[in-house]
Formats: sequence, C-alpha cells, structure tokens
Amino acid sequence: MSLPGLPLLLQSIVSGILMGGVYGLIAIGLTLIFGVMRIINFAHGSFMMLGMFTTYWLFIVLGIDPYLSLLISIPLLFVLGLIVERFLIAQVLDAPEYNQLLLTLGISLFIENFALFLWSPNFRALNVPYVKKTATVGTLMISLPKVIAFLFAIFFTVLLYYFLRKTDLGKAIRASSEEKEGALTVGINLRRIYYVAFGIGTACVGAAGTLIAPFFYVNPHVGGVFVITAFVVVVLGGMGNLIGALVGGLIIGLAESLGAAFLPGQLKQFIIYFIFILVLLFKPEGLFERRSG
Amino acid sequence: MILAAGGIFLLILPRFLGRYFTHLFTMIFFFGYLGTAWNILGGYAGQFSFGHAAFFGVGAFTSTLLQIHLGVNPWIGMFLGGVLGLLLGLFIGSLSFRYGLRGPFFALAMLALAEMLRLVAVEWMAVKYPLGITIPIRDSSLLYFQFASKAPYYYISLFMAAAVLYLTRIIEERRMGSYFKAIRENESAAEALGINAFRYKLWAMAISSFLTAVGGTFYAQYYLNIDEEAVFGVAVSIEVLLGPIIGGAGTVFGPILGATILEFLSEMTRNFLRGYSGVHLMVYGTVLVVVIIFLPSGILGGLQMGYRKLSKGR
Repeated sequence: MSLPGLPLLLQSIVSGILMGGVYGLIAIGLTLIFGVMRIINFAHGSFMMLGMFTTYWLFIVLGIDPYLSLLISIPLLFVLGLIVERFLIAQVLDAPEYNQLLLTLGISLFIENFALFLWSPNFRALNVPYVKKTATVGTLMISLPKVIAFLFAIFFTVLLYYFLRKTDLGKAIRASSEEKEGALTVGINLRRIYYVAFGIGTACVGAAGTLIAPFFYVNPHVGGVFVITAFVVVVLGGMGNLIGALVGGLIIGLAESLGAAFLPGQLKQFIIYFIFILVLLFKPEGLFERRSG
Repeated sequence: MILAAGGIFLLILPRFLGRYFTHLFTMIFFFGYLGTAWNILGGYAGQFSFGHAAFFGVGAFTSTLLQIHLGVNPWIGMFLGGVLGLLLGLFIGSLSFRYGLRGPFFALAMLALAEMLRLVAVEWMAVKYPLGITIPIRDSSLLYFQFASKAPYYYISLFMAAAVLYLTRIIEERRMGSYFKAIRENESAAEALGINAFRYKLWAMAISSFLTAVGGTFYAQYYLNIDEEAVFGVAVSIEVLLGPIIGGAGTVFGPILGATILEFLSEMTRNFLRGYSGVHLMVYGTVLVVVIIFLPSGILGGLQMGYRKLSKGR
C-alpha cells in the first residue's frame, strides 16, 4: 500500500474497533437469548430502536443527558423484554423453529410500525453539545461519543460476564444454556431462566441503542440496519457464545470500516453478508469453540 | 361445479368493479400467486425462505433492463427472468442443501442473499438510475404487456394465480408432493426410505424461484417503475411469506386465503388511518403474532387439523 494510505488504514482500524464494541453489545443480547432459549430474535433491532427513542425523548423533553438515560433505558427495556417473553415468546417455546422466528418477526413488525405511527419516519438527531467533539491524535480523528459508547459496551459486557460467572442466577442461566435436562434435574426453574435471559438480552440491546443514539440517526426503522449485522456477528462468534459475540463484533466492526475505506459505497455491507453466508455454510458452529459465559 | 361457477364469477367481476376494487383484486391474485410459489418450497418442502425478494428482484430487473436496453419483449423477458431466477435458486439451493443448512439458518442465508443483491442494485442504480428505472409508456397492448386500464392486469394476475394453484394441486397429487412433505416432516427418515432429499429440495427451489421471478416481471409491468427497495427489499420477502403462513403453509389454498385476508385488512387500515404509511404492517404484525400463537399451522392448517380430530372422534 502506498504511504498516503497508512493514515486512512489506521483511522479505519480505530473506528472499526470502536464500532465493533457496540456491535458486540448488541450481539451479546441476541446470542444470550439464542443460547438459552434457542430462539432467533428478529425483534432485537426493534428493541434497540426503542432504546434509542427513550434516550431521544428524555433528552428532547426533559433535557436528560443521553448517557444518564442509560439508567432509564436499561430497566425499561428489561421490563419490556420480560413482558414480551411472558405473554408472547413463552407461548411458542415448543413450536417449530420457524414459527418462533415468525413470532419475533410479527413482534418487530408491530413495534416498528407502531413507532412509525407515533413518531413518523423522520430522521432525527440528538444535538448534544459535546457530541461533535473529536480528539485528534497525530493524523487520527477520534469521535468522543464513539469512544464513550465503546467503553460502556465493554463495561457492560464484562459486567454481564461476571454476573453469569459469579452469581447463582447467572450460573443457572449458563447451566440451562449448556444442558437443559441437567438444569431441570438440579431443580432450576427453566421458565424463570428464560424470562430473565430474554429480559437481559433486551436490556443489553436497549443499552446499545442509548449508546448509539448520540452519533447515529434515530428513526423507527433504524433497528433493521443493526439487526442483520448482529445476526452476522452472532453466527460468526458461535450461536450462544458471549465472548465469541464480542470478538465477532470487533471483527465485523473492523471488516466494515476497512471495507468502507477501501471499497466503493455500500459494498462494505456486501462483504459482511458474504462472510455471513460463508460462515453459515462452512463453519456453522462459528469461528470459536463453544464456551458459554 | 363450484369451481366453474367461481371461475365465471371472477371472469365477469371486473365489469362491475371500479378501478379501486379491480386493483385490490389484482393485488390479491398477485400476492396469492407469489405466496403459492413460496409455498411450494417453504410450505410443502419445508425449506423456509426468508429471501424470496432475491428471485422477485432478479425477475423484475431482468425483463425491465432487457426491454429498455435491448428492446426485448417483456413476455420474453419474463421467461428469461424466470430462468435467471431459477439458476440463482439452484445455485444458492445446491450450496445450502449440500452443506446441510436447515430451518432458521437457511432462512437467514436466503435473507443475506437478497440483501446482497439489493446492495449491488443500490450501488449500480445510484449512478445510473437514481430515481428508479422507468419503463417507457407505449400503446396499450397485450404484446407490450402494458395497459391503460386495470382490467387486463386483473385477468393476467387471475390467470397466473389459477395456473400456479393448478400446478400446486398437480404436485400435491403426484409422488413429488409426498416426497416434499416427507422431507419437511423428517428429512433423515425420508432419506432412509430412499428419497433423494437433496434432489427434491432442489426441485422445490427451482419451481419456486422460477415462479417468483416471473412475478417480478408482472410487478414491473404493472407499476412501470422499479427500484431496488421495492423489488429486493426485506419487505418483499416478508410480504411474500405472510400470506401462506396466515392462510396455512403446505395447503393448496392457504396462500390465496392469506393474501385475501391481508389485502382487505391492509385496505381497511389504510382507509381508517389515512396518511400513516406503514400502519398496515402494524396490523400484519398483530395478525402474524395471533396466528402463530393460536393457529400455528395457519387458518386452513388449523381447520384441517380440527376436521381430522372431529372425524377421528366419531
């Protein structure tokens, strides 16, 4: 590569890793739900959109700082996840896989178009003063909100990791994910585990929505942009593998930003789908050996 | 007898309908057609595709581009688009089935395929056709597949729906239909009985992708304008499969029943809540959730099961 390409390369690597952390957080919610319940949650992107709008409205109406609104968006999405699991998902746990997929599709159609009905398809942006700040290191430009999003994403991932490792509830979730029958025999209440795991999954993606809101447009269909990427990340990292989801997120973040720098237009996304199909075909268990938690 | 009466009724119907209802019925036949095509692969053979927009878009783009650039007649373009769709279907099908992609994973791979094609179209269209591709208007004639009035489209879509229903019926009565169902219910067991699952899944894929691509040309000729979102978008893949799922996947008349219900619902919500685009999708989502929870095999599937239970009870 010629010399002028080097700063661009560095720049892409840095922004790729920053975005990758957020992809990881979105994908961890998805992979947790899949690992425990074997459900591919198509509504994941809709929950993220709700997280973004929570932050948006809290900022617009009450002037609450976007990062402070994490304290509201996370519990809100957690409770919403519990409700959706309890009343809808729980009804189809024994149904064929594609019916489960269709149910989550129906939920996402409803949520997204209800949001469209309430809030119009307009593209909105959060105008937070410090959001436009970028730090310059040599030739590198690093946008502040992306750094914050990345740090929070890593923080939440580590938090979740320790929750699953150290607490009884976390251990029960991991047990149900690895060995359903075994978990039942030792007296774990699977119903309750599903309930909580789904809630945690939606809380993760709600947090991700809040973190993205300061530097991405907000619109009822914004979730669709991220949900397919999240599927790719989850499959890449191995369905149900949390660490795999984080690493997969970083890989996809990097692939995307390098693709954006060196390929014309939308072809970066093209590369991601191409990787996706290849992994599905040749390495469906993901790039890493499955290790839960 | 009932069929013949129904057929005659549908044939004379446009005489009594205004433009609006002729359009509504055309859409019912058209989505019924697409749903029935999807149903052969997704309903009968149990290979759940989430990316039929790939075939639909290939058909729409093939006939449109051939027509604009080479002056190829749209009917020939329709056939060629179908063939291209079929080849694409065989390609992704042989890859997916060879490597044992099943259930939701096959669905996701199909989704990724459609999205890849959409992105290529976005990239290419942004330069050449930023406003979508418009088919130049010519005289109303069957030869050019263009009509000033709605009725001819009504008849073409009616014919397409009837033909594909008849095809489904033939498949169901033949050995192929039983093979499809055997593969859907238990693929390993079907193979143990000597059914070449790979081959029959590819058959289902070929028929379904060809027909869906042909539908793409109908769409292009009906609206005389296509863009990448309208023919390759995720929304297309979703609308194609909603009909069969709600009406009853793996039944002959399920997709057309589903399409009828959905189109009427969508018109009702549009009239009820004017000015809100996308509201009908909210209703679709609700119907989908309700059907999946209460009638997991669709309306006709549920009726069939209920009937079987009743006759067994006697």
